[in-house]
Amino acid sequence: MDFIQWFIQGFIQGFIQWFVAPMQHEFMVKAILVSALVGLVCSALSCYMTLKGWALMGDAVSHAVLPGVVIAYVMNIPLAIGAFVFGVGSVIAIGFIKAKTRIKEDTVIGLVFTGFFALGLVLVSKIRSTIDLTHILFGNVLGISDSDIVQTIIISVITLVTLAILRKDLILFCFDSTHARSIGLNTTFLYYTLLSLLSLTAVAGLQTVGIILVVAMLVTPGATAYLLSDRFDHMTLIAMALGVFSSVMGTYISYHIDGSTGGCIVVLQTILFVLAMIFAPKHGIIAQSKNTEINY
Amino acid sequence: MRNISINIENVTVAYHGKVALHSASIKLEEGVICGLVGMNGAGKSTLFKAIMGFVKPVRGNVSIQGLPIRQVQKRNLVAYVPQSEEVDWNFPVNVYDVVMMGRYGYMNLLRIPRSIDKNVVQESLERVGLWDMRFKQIGELSGGQKKRAFFARALAQQGTVLLLDEPFAGVDIKTEKLMIDMLMELRQAGYTILISTHDLASITTFCDQVVLINRTILAYGNTSEVFTEENLSRTFGGSVGDFSGAKTNSCHPH
Repeated sequence: MDFIQWFIQGFIQGFIQWFVAPMQHEFMVKAILVSALVGLVCSALSCYMTLKGWALMGDAVSHAVLPGVVIAYVMNIPLAIGAFVFGVGSVIAIGFIKAKTRIKEDTVIGLVFTGFFALGLVLVSKIRSTIDLTHILFGNVLGISDSDIVQTIIISVITLVTLAILRKDLILFCFDSTHARSIGLNTTFLYYTLLSLLSLTAVAGLQTVGIILVVAMLVTPGATAYLLSDRFDHMTLIAMALGVFSSVMGTYISYHIDGSTGGCIVVLQTILFVLAMIFAPKHGIIAQSKNTEINY
Repeated sequence: MRNISINIENVTVAYHGKVALHSASIKLEEGVICGLVGMNGAGKSTLFKAIMGFVKPVRGNVSIQGLPIRQVQKRNLVAYVPQSEEVDWNFPVNVYDVVMMGRYGYMNLLRIPRSIDKNVVQESLERVGLWDMRFKQIGELSGGQKKRAFFARALAQQGTVLLLDEPFAGVDIKTEKLMIDMLMELRQAGYTILISTHDLASITTFCDQVVLINRTILAYGNTSEVFTEENLSRTFGGSVGDFSGAKTNSCHPH
């Protein structure tokens, strides 16, 4: 009896210690709130990315924003504006090259985003500034500035409101753009809306996990939720819950082990994905193999 | 003389300077089922795209019930039933959601269904016999049920022009019979129905008219007059073998 009591008490104390103690630092409070918000927004968008098959596009856009971020920094305007211009610009470039040449789309995407990214690297290295490349590449949520927090909040509000309003049109666009067009929906507008949101969230994600890993935030929660649900709305809720959970826990873990925050978040997301892949009730590997047995 | 529903006048469509469809002219009346026959790449889908307003003809003009295509889209006049291969069957939507998509054109910006939308969706689902299956994810349906789900969406859209792309491919006999019966009903109701198909045997059984296409309109008119071996051999590039092969190979109930 005593032992159990001692164990429970110790557990609770450890629990409090683990979760509450870091909150004594202001930077941790900010980091956890920002990560949670970014996790929420990126996961909401990740459902559309997964279903539209835009993972590669997400990777491309998130890399291509680099020169925009540097130029915006030099011009002293919000980074989001620079990123937005280059994110959308890269996709226009991809569309243009695809339409005008015989080169296949994945090749075009590969060459455009590396080209933009390389340009960004040259700019960072040649322009003398306090801009820290590692922070952009790998994120720096533990040292996030107040202006970056404001920017993240603005981006999050824009993204969530847009998704809330256009939810059904975007679902239809992802599912059956032919039908969407035939009943007069402006699919070009929907395409560029989704793309603009992608560029914006890439900037938001850049703060927490960095350019290199932001594509994980924009793909993994959606992919995990896709294995767990057959309804779009459920999928979105599951993805957002997973996104917030892994962002918050990842930030805590990175604090305790003194490791890369972006790395911890994405590793956690990937673990959740692997668990879903194996154990998902209907679309998991175990459930699938049981199904085939029955069919035999 | 019935009203002209689909009016295609001298339409030429080109992609990147390559002509896919050359000076096509077709007039289809209301209350007509018309088969669209041609090889792959003969311009069947280009013709569909021109009717739906997805491609801008370099020359010529398309109008539906006398209206320009933009107006046609706004009024949800043209409903399209896609080929099964074009659909992502793993998409997380159920049968009810899909049929409700047929109503989006009538809804406000947030696409919140009103009671009329719900009633029409229920009617459409009952008509194709899928009301009991409405909460199934679309991939869980059989081949025939999948086709019927998209047919129900077209019904829910309440357009008067119906475009069907290979509607009988991979479909069970029950579904095929049900769909043909329903097409007949819709014809009675004044719908204009254009069906692209490889199943030549089925055309003579229920198509009033037929359009033969090979980069241009080779012939079109009443099935009995147009559906001749000579015209078909022109459609399929001179090899009558294609036609006789299709006839003998198709496991058609009729």
